[in-house]
Amino acid sequence: MIFVVSLLTLLMLSAAIAALIFKDLMSAVIASCMVSLIAAILFYFLQAPDVAMAEASIGAALVTAVFIIAIRRTKRYEE
Amino acid sequence: MRAIISLFLISVLAWGIATALNEIPFGAAKTKVGEYYIGRGKEQTGASNIVTSVVVNYRGFDTLGEVTVLFVAAIGLGAVLATRRKKEKRDVEPASLVLYTGCRLLFPLILLFGAYIFIHGHLTPGGGFQGGAVVASAFVLVYLGCRGRRISETASKTVESLGGLVFIVVGLVGLAVGGGYFLSNYLPKGELNSLFSAGIIPIIYIAIGFKVGSELAGVIDHLVEESE
Repeated sequence: MIFVVSLLTLLMLSAAIAALIFKDLMSAVIASCMVSLIAAILFYFLQAPDVAMAEASIGAALVTAVFIIAIRRTKRYEE
Repeated sequence: MRAIISLFLISVLAWGIATALNEIPFGAAKTKVGEYYIGRGKEQTGASNIVTSVVVNYRGFDTLGEVTVLFVAAIGLGAVLATRRKKEKRDVEPASLVLYTGCRLLFPLILLFGAYIFIHGHLTPGGGFQGGAVVASAFVLVYLGCRGRRISETASKTVESLGGLVFIVVGLVGLAVGGGYFLSNYLPKGELNSLFSAGIIPIIYIAIGFKVGSELAGVIDHLVEESE
């Protein structure tokens, strides 16, 4: 159990760092979506399924969609 | 120089957070009110999900505030983005057949799942906000996969207003005939763990589910409209 949680935390941290350093903004958005998704799983492990649901549907689905719509309007690559 | 200053500021912040977190025992009860909710929540509200009984019953007025904040945010976004006249229906490049069929297949299932979450809010984890967000994500799927399809703005605004109205009216009826305070649980509690139980909680959560779903779908609709 503790092994799975540590692995997920490590994955989440690396996804967060990846979202910071990616120059392709679409990849950065997908990485931040992954942070939300792993946060949702961790919330579930911490026995907060209500929060996990909200995090998965808002953090991973809706916020990602809003970012993708914004990228379509602006530039895809960071200078 | 700038990097050193930022590093210093971040370490000060991290030190502050670490000391604050060290003071709080993780997972231990700090107040009596949590114990009270867990011990008496089921018999007082009839909802087997304690989180729901707190969100809708004990702290129902706060939830009304939350719903209002979301409403104001959606209205503000609409006011900013709806300056241009709606364009005529244009021919957009259709998505591939696999994507189109997949979206059409998944859309009703996701809607059903969202409805399940907010109808069973008083029995299982989740509730109006989560279910509404799931419903809105079904509309996002349609916007991304079946391009050119739009929800009717009148319908979404009507559903949104009706949801808010049901919430307020149910609360005000409680003020008039129920326990004498706003959002008091005046309907029969019913049998624990059954669908028709917990008095006004399912009614309010269904209203919130419809409201949040149509609101978030409207927000996405405005953004997609603007991006094309």
